[in-house]
Parts: sequence; C-alpha cells; structure tokens
Amino acid sequence: MGIVLELENVHKAYKVGFIPRKKPVLKGVSFQVNEGEIFGYLGPNGAGKTTTIKCILNLIFPDAGRITIFGEDSLRPRARQRVGFLPENPYFYDYLTGREFLGFYADLLGLHGQTREEKIGYFLKLVGMERAADLQLRKYSRGMLQRIGLAQALLNDPALVILDEPMGGLDPIGRKEFRDIIVNLKKEGKTVFLSSHILQDIEMICDRVAIILAGEVINQGYLGDLISEKVLYTEIIIGGVPAAEFNHLGESVSTSGDRVLLKVYEEAKIDQVINLVQQKKGKIISLIPRTETLEDIFVNMVKSQ
Amino acid sequence: MKITTIALNTFKEAKRDRVLYLLFFFVAVCLLFSRFLALLTVGDRVKIIKDVGLASISFFGMLMAILIGTGLVYKEIDKKTIFTLLAKPIHRAEFLLGKFLGLVLTIFIMTGLMTAVFLLILFLHTFTVDWKILLAILYIFFELCLMTAVALLFSTFTTPILASLYSLAFYLIGHLSWSLEMLIKKVKSGTGRAVLRLLYTVLPDLENFNFKTEVVHNLPLPAKLLGWSLVYGVVYTAFLLLLAMLVFRRRDFV
Repeated sequence: MGIVLELENVHKAYKVGFIPRKKPVLKGVSFQVNEGEIFGYLGPNGAGKTTTIKCILNLIFPDAGRITIFGEDSLRPRARQRVGFLPENPYFYDYLTGREFLGFYADLLGLHGQTREEKIGYFLKLVGMERAADLQLRKYSRGMLQRIGLAQALLNDPALVILDEPMGGLDPIGRKEFRDIIVNLKKEGKTVFLSSHILQDIEMICDRVAIILAGEVINQGYLGDLISEKVLYTEIIIGGVPAAEFNHLGESVSTSGDRVLLKVYEEAKIDQVINLVQQKKGKIISLIPRTETLEDIFVNMVKSQ
Repeated sequence: MKITTIALNTFKEAKRDRVLYLLFFFVAVCLLFSRFLALLTVGDRVKIIKDVGLASISFFGMLMAILIGTGLVYKEIDKKTIFTLLAKPIHRAEFLLGKFLGLVLTIFIMTGLMTAVFLLILFLHTFTVDWKILLAILYIFFELCLMTAVALLFSTFTTPILASLYSLAFYLIGHLSWSLEMLIKKVKSGTGRAVLRLLYTVLPDLENFNFKTEVVHNLPLPAKLLGWSLVYGVVYTAFLLLLAMLVFRRRDFV
C-alpha cells in the first residue's frame, strides 16, 4: 500500500498584533495517509486542522517541514493534479448558477466537449443538486453549498479527496448521504482525508485517525487500536420498580414515570439486578453495554493536556 | 486555457455586477457637458465635444480600472473563493494574469461601447467620422491597461480602500511627472539633476499616452512618438504584473 500524503515535522506560526509576534499554530505535525483509506483528522476548534490542510494545498507556506502528495513536493502545482478539496464553509462565486459553477471548474481542469457535460451532469446528480442546477449560488442554503462544493471537489476524478469539516451545515439525511458518498469514494479506490470535530462521523467511517491538539498530533493509529473493546459499564432501563431498590447495585442516573435508568459498573451485579427486577415483578426495558468511544478517548486526551 | 477561464469568469463577474451600466452615465455626461460647455464657450463646438468625450472615456475607464481592479484579488481572498481555486493545479501567476486579462477585457468592451456612442454623437454633429480619434482612444486604453496592473498590484497586499488611494496617487503622479522633465532641463547638471533624472525614470509618466490635444486640434502625431509610448506602456505594465506576481507568490491565505 503506497503512501498518498505525508507530512514531516511541519511547523507554522502566524504573525499577530500591531507589533507582529509569532504565534505557533503547528508545532511539528507529522503523519502519513495510506492509499485507499479514509483518514480522520480530529481535533477541537482552533487545534490547527484547517491550517494543516491549507499547508497541504499550498494556500499557506509552512515555516519548516516537508509535505509530499503522491511523492511529489506539495509546492509544485502538479502535486495537486489528482487532489480534490472541499473547504470548511465553502464560499464560491455566488453570481454563478450551480451548473455554471461546475462548468467553471471543469474548464479550469481542462475538461471539454461531451466529457465536460457528462461529468457535470453526473456529479450534479450524485450530490442531489440536479433540481437547483440553474439557480444562482447566492440562493443556495449552506447545506446546498456543501453539496455543490463536494461535486466541485470530485470533478477531476481525484485520487486523494481532502474534506474540511464536510458535514457541517448538513441535516441528518444530508449527513447520511455524505457519509455514503465518502464510503463509496473509498470503494472506488480513492483516498479520503477528512477533518472534523464531529466524532460520530469519524468513528463511523474512518479507518485511521490522527488527533491534533494545540498544533501537535498527540495520537494516531487504527481506530480499532485506539478504541478498546472493554465494556465500561452497562446501562439498564427498568420499569415498575422504585429506584431506591437498586442503590447497592448501581448508580441510578434518572427516573421518568416508573422507569429508572441504572448504570451498573460490575458485570456480576447485572445478574443481581435482573433477579431483583423479576422478584419485584418489574420488567427490563433495555440493557446496553457501553464500550469506550472515540469521544471518551478524545475527552481524556484533551483533559490530560 | 486556465488563464482564459479565469479571465472570462472575471468578465462575467463584472457584467453581473452591472458594471456596464456605467455606459449610461457616460452617455449622459457626454451629451450634457458637450451641449452645456458649447453654450458657454466661444469657438468650435465640435472640438468641445471631442474634448469632453475623450476626457469622459478616460475618466470612466480609470474609474473601472481602479474600483474593480483594487477589489480583484482582495475579494477572492476575503470571500475565500480563492481556496478552491488555488487548490486546483494552477500557478498563482496564472491566476493573477487571468484576473488582469479579465478586467482588461471588461475595460476593452466598455471602451468600445463608449467609443461607439461617442462617434455617433460626433457624427450627428459633423456628418463625418474622424478616425484619428480612435488613435487617441487606443492610447487611453493602453493607459487603462497600465492602471489595471497598478490596481492589481496594490490589490495583492492591501484592502480595496487603501489600494484605491494608492492607485489614485499613482495616477495623479503619473499625470504630473512630466513637469519633472521640464525641471530637469532647467536645473544645472550635477547631483540635483541626477536625482531628478532618477526620480523621473522611476515615476510613471502617464502623459505619454495623452494624445487628446493633438487629435482634437489636428496636430501632427509622429510615428516615433506613438511607437515609443506603446513600448513604454507594454514594458511598464509587464513590470507591474511581474511585481504583483512576486508579492503574490509567497502570500499566505489565512
């Protein structure tokens, strides 16, 4: 499996203030993205996610370090030949219609004739924007801009797709559609680099993740390796038995009507809870073991820094 | 190809921003002033119309070059449209050149339309067409190209308001610097003269493109002068564009 994108010890500082002082944003970021994987780049707001992406795309220049795309130095425009990019909160020429907008990028990429028209039609359909194709972008909602932005990013049939917070501004259905599109990109053999602070999205579709905090990558690896399968506790919802009965077995988190939500930390006590419920003629409504999530890891890491 | 695409899009943007409506103002100014001033002046009315017409073309063109030009790059950065654009395999120089040519195309079309109106007004007064006027307009157009490059240069590193002020200063200096040449002739040779000569070389001389008087008063226009002015315009514009590319080459888009 080849390396598609590689960052080695990338540093970047911005000058701030009237008398410019350097404020470091990236402090030696290094990671590799392998061919054919969905790579999640995770971090809280202001951690340096977008700055990293801008460095990759040559929109800003790193102070130190090296970035290669398909083995080519990122400073060369040729390196971006097979890259598609959707920025966070995409802004586009709002006086163009959706179709003209894609046409503009198709022209920039040197597509013409039948291929140009076919591609525009195909991607409008893929992102569900066929009906709004002849509407000016200034009349688009944020979610619609996100969709047409994705079409723009895929127009050159890129081998590496870089998406900066792609699910922001989308409704639940839109998010599911976007996830499906991203998973499909992987099936087509493309590599996806996805930055987000929405853990659920990353957890659902990414193969590997890197976690960035205050300009440093503090952890990276396969999602399966980062998240342990260990059961942290079990959540049991019980009906028809008062909460006080379970005080010695677990922590009652909430009650609503005659229902009690109980958190049980020891596995042995789960059977005791079930027995007690049967004795008291109550019923178990649900029983869910909770394993560690990416969120837990993330929150722990942020706290420990 | 990429440059053409960016240029055409820049033109489209100007068109959709209703820039071409400026034409109506031009027509109004031309008609009103030429009638009004002709009433107040003793002499050849046609000369007044020619004078006002050429000055208006120059003024409106300059307005477009500065007002649109100073926003060309800034707007792309401010609205973040530049992110997706430069993420494509495009050289920054291609982007700048595309923007420049797009505005030059807009100004060319506007100047063409204004010229057509102007010639029509003249024709209605004289029933002849003075083709020499086109020569004066051609050189106004060269000056506008240079001014577009000036505005673009400032647009690569500062806000439209500041860039407009700088461009306007450049324009004013450009039209007054010829007096330095007069001064050089009167100063005795020495350090003072050398400094003045250096200053005159560095500062733009936009009067090189001004053939209005010659055309209006039917004075001779030597080919050598016309040729030299053209070379001056091309070299100066290329120099400004090169400078803009240098500034833009390593700029961070935060």
